[in-house]
Amino acid sequence: MFELRIHGRGGQGVVTAAEMFSVAAFAEGRNAQAFPSFGSERTGAPVVSFCRISDRELRLREPVMEPDAIIIQDITLLHQVDVFAGLKKDGYVLLNTARSFEELGLGDLIAGRPPERLCTLSATEIALKHIGRPIPNAPLIAGFAALSGLIRLESVIKAISEKFSGKVADGNIAAATEAYNLIKTRIEEVSTHA
Amino acid sequence: MLKQIEGSRAVAEAVAMCRPEVICAYPISPQTHIVEALGSMVKSGELAPCEFINVESEFAAMSVAIGASATGARAYTATASQGLLFMSEAVYNASGLGLPIVMTVANRAVGAPINIWNDHSDAMSQRDSGWMQLFAENNQEALDLHIQAFRLAEELSLPVMVCMDGFILTHAYEQVDLPTPQQVDAYLPAFQPRQVLDPREPVSIGAMVGPEAFMEVRYLAHARHMQALERIPQLAAEFKRVFGRDTGGLVHTHRAEDAETMVVAMGSVLGTIKDTVDEMRDDGHRIGVLGITSFRPFPTDLVRAALHKARRVVVLEKSLAVGIGGILSTDVRMAMSHLPVPVHTVVAGLGGRAITRKSLHRLFREAEQDVLEPLGFLDLEWDLVNKQLARERNARRSGPAAENILRDIGTVASKIA
Repeated sequence: MFELRIHGRGGQGVVTAAEMFSVAAFAEGRNAQAFPSFGSERTGAPVVSFCRISDRELRLREPVMEPDAIIIQDITLLHQVDVFAGLKKDGYVLLNTARSFEELGLGDLIAGRPPERLCTLSATEIALKHIGRPIPNAPLIAGFAALSGLIRLESVIKAISEKFSGKVADGNIAAATEAYNLIKTRIEEVSTHA
Repeated sequence: MLKQIEGSRAVAEAVAMCRPEVICAYPISPQTHIVEALGSMVKSGELAPCEFINVESEFAAMSVAIGASATGARAYTATASQGLLFMSEAVYNASGLGLPIVMTVANRAVGAPINIWNDHSDAMSQRDSGWMQLFAENNQEALDLHIQAFRLAEELSLPVMVCMDGFILTHAYEQVDLPTPQQVDAYLPAFQPRQVLDPREPVSIGAMVGPEAFMEVRYLAHARHMQALERIPQLAAEFKRVFGRDTGGLVHTHRAEDAETMVVAMGSVLGTIKDTVDEMRDDGHRIGVLGITSFRPFPTDLVRAALHKARRVVVLEKSLAVGIGGILSTDVRMAMSHLPVPVHTVVAGLGGRAITRKSLHRLFREAEQDVLEPLGFLDLEWDLVNKQLARERNARRSGPAAENILRDIGTVASKIA
């Protein structure tokens, strides 16, 4: 079982991100479950969503407390929410930022962790470029698909197409494709250097 | 066809395939996605003929459903929490009149303190209303139960509540097998009302009944529930023949063979319990599960049969009968009358408190060691409770309890579970 936790703020598509990732996993024949941890839903308030992927039937209903991966859609949460709580030692981290882990003061977090599993992505910029709105969820899940190798880009695109249509879908697909390729290239560079 | 969709969407698709003729609803979380989806199906013409009626309150929603059902229309609505309480008078009327309405209750806590998250307090408050109450373990079962519910309701001329955990199921994306409309048509015949307001054959429905006949009319409701105890398993078996799935029914057991400890629960927490029990079985613990699908009618004999060989029973319930403890466990104890098997009530998950495997492992091991009290509260923060009790001892004007406790906790946004 693979467990993903996504942190963001109301209005950034945090819940939709987990849902689309589950749809992408389902498209590849996996069992998947996505669910939100709803607070009082308000734009800008911290929101958490979860996604589990497994080859067996998923019955578990507890929140993801020891994630295999964390996506952070809004790095201002770093100072507000214990976003890395329970993250497994070899877990994946994908941050939506143009800055590095060190610049964000996360040197301690990444120490001893496999560097090829830690990644940043300027997902909001990519979203603005292709979608015209600062909603970074599609590029982030596509980027995470590349980072983890868990899901193919075409499945992410399929999930986006189920959720959206027309121009919005096209923009999200373009953003997802750019993010996927960007991270794919970066991982290949890391593994070449290593 | 297998689909990865939201639980609310799955239920909306199932309800639409049951061809309701009147849907009335008033929005309240976490039920809203269901009627939103149905509303758009009616608007697009995908679901026709069907009238979608926006009402001004839950009381009106149930009242419209009563009126629609009395004219022979298949009627559906959905609600939760305070919404169910607000329609309560009409809820009793629907069952008292014997009108086969189907209603989804997206289970949510009841305030105060106001809380939008899941527990079973709302449905439990209506347990004596005369409605049948079926609890879904997952979204597949939620979908399937709605199809079975229309059939059951209309056969017995009694309304059915399909209870599904709010957010945990309604807002969860998971795989469901959507039936075809042809399958649903094969299973669910057209509504043949026992009573109908028809100008060509006028009747009056809802007469005042005095002491001379009131008990008899009420007894008939009970008699119909007893009939339902026979029909529910038969309808589930027939459902399996048409759809190939073993869902619904009165109760389900899991790893119950030779179990010394039996855990009883309803709804989606059964999934977490089963995962925990499987892990414990792997370690050699003799523990099993009884999931109750039909809470009303309550399958007393089957509950007794499933539990009588155990050495102890733990009823994990998402509701609290203030002043006594359990609600489900009271019924389980009744089923266990004169048996030398202790029944422990464990109140858990109130107001959306996460029920985790970790806590269940600890709880079930305590049960095995026979150290559980007759009534316990899973993961209750005693420090917070004691602090407030001390405040109340020390000052007359101790202030509002909820606000005091929130102040003691500080910000909650930093917590995951």
